[in-house]
Amino acid sequence: MRKFLAGKWAKVFVFLLSCVPLLVLIWRGFHSDLTANPVEFLQHQTGDWTLRFLIFTLCITPFRKVLNLPELIRFRRMLGLFAFFYVSLHFLTYLGPDQSFNPAGMFKDVVKRPFITVGFAAFVLLIPLAITSTAGWVRRLGGKRWQAIHRSIYLCAILGVIHYYWLVKSDVREPLFYGFLVGILLLWRFTEWLIKRRAAALAHTTAIRTL
Amino acid sequence: MPIKNKPKLTYAEVTPKNLYFNRRNFLRGLSIAGAATVVGERFASILSQPGSIQANSKLVTVKSNYTVDEKVTSENDVTHYNNFYEFGTDKGDPAKNAQNFRTSPWTVSVEGDVKTPRKFSMDEILKLAPLEERIYRHRCVERWSIVVPWIGYSLSTILKFVEPLPKAKYVAFQTFYDAKQMPHSYNTGLDYPYVEGLRLDEAMHPLALLCVGMYGETLPNQDGAPVRMVIPWKYGYKSIKSIVKIRLQSSEPSTTWNRQAPNEYGFYSNVNPNVDHPRWSQATERRLGEIFMHKTLMFNGYADQVASLYNGMDLKKFH
Repeated sequence: MRKFLAGKWAKVFVFLLSCVPLLVLIWRGFHSDLTANPVEFLQHQTGDWTLRFLIFTLCITPFRKVLNLPELIRFRRMLGLFAFFYVSLHFLTYLGPDQSFNPAGMFKDVVKRPFITVGFAAFVLLIPLAITSTAGWVRRLGGKRWQAIHRSIYLCAILGVIHYYWLVKSDVREPLFYGFLVGILLLWRFTEWLIKRRAAALAHTTAIRTL
Repeated sequence: MPIKNKPKLTYAEVTPKNLYFNRRNFLRGLSIAGAATVVGERFASILSQPGSIQANSKLVTVKSNYTVDEKVTSENDVTHYNNFYEFGTDKGDPAKNAQNFRTSPWTVSVEGDVKTPRKFSMDEILKLAPLEERIYRHRCVERWSIVVPWIGYSLSTILKFVEPLPKAKYVAFQTFYDAKQMPHSYNTGLDYPYVEGLRLDEAMHPLALLCVGMYGETLPNQDGAPVRMVIPWKYGYKSIKSIVKIRLQSSEPSTTWNRQAPNEYGFYSNVNPNVDHPRWSQATERRLGEIFMHKTLMFNGYADQVASLYNGMDLKKFH
């Protein structure tokens, strides 16, 4: 497992796997199998996969630490970029069929509809993260600052879940499920942060006592 | 809207296959019934056969004046893209989960403030008046729309039959509910049985259709078999499916979606491009089978016929 994760084929494998949802949609498209409302189906599918890839990305750090598999970090950028790829497709299915590629009409809609506002905000917030995902940008920004900027993915995931929750009419089970997963992943980070802080405080007091 | 592939024959003009193959039975049936008064005759009750999937008996119809000249949506789309939350909330769920829904025997109780309350069997409903084929626009609150050749007759026919009393001002409808047959209804966010309502004058409007079929046949289960309402100038959820009770009353009936979110779904729920749903615009809609949106019409294009029902009313307040 470790050897595979560290090897060069692992990235190719994860890349191909991440393309599968898109390939399935293309295949279904060629077989007229996109339901009676293909536009809505593509909107929902690309939206679902955006949320899923955001969650996969957020899983990397906890899984690395809990499973003691530091190699997993190799896939985080790719998964994050796939989230951005699927959200871009999601945005295009809205800008095109819904708004007839009319930016003025789109912005009116974005401002007026809270559920569109939060979805659009999450999309816009992901753009700088995608741009600064390269090693060059990590160097230019410095590790600390880069990390601070990229923490906004937490906000994107929360906004994505709200966007989904506000879309559905009465059956909130699926958006709540995604909300639950995002909640757990953020809670894990919060507890980690608390533990670290307490450890630091403890180290500080012991240091004073020994003086 | 451009009319593509306009059929030369309407469904009503073609002799249904079932009728053609059973023409001797049909003639015999005619002589027994004694005449031309029998217009709707139901053959080969597939419903009563165990394991049968769809109620697809042919129906004989007469022409109707209440029809729009627009391209009819594909039957496959209309039968595989449904909101019928008792059978699941995904659009594809009802087609799968309603297959074994038992719609025979079936009775509809028409009761409340009427002179002669009574229960109607499906047979009686099918024979109460000549069945008309009416092609209506149908607009969902979720911004998709379809054009469907429904079969039925005006609800007013059955209401007049039971003779509403003067104190009757509203009509309340109720959908059949059986948790055992509808296990997917749990946790869908709605209370069951599903209920809907109309003002009596709306219910008496000739466009308000008591519907028993579509595309030349009896209704498929997922589209509201065996009998449903179709109210073409209102959002789809007003067109209640699989009706077991019609009650005339003096007070405004409670309705399912209004209970779920009163600010989003009003009692009237008339199609209105100028009054947005709180979460999305209602100015445009997407026809199933098309990519881009087009403009939604006031009262779904039926303003000439129904606007007078709402004279002097604030349609934003009474949305």
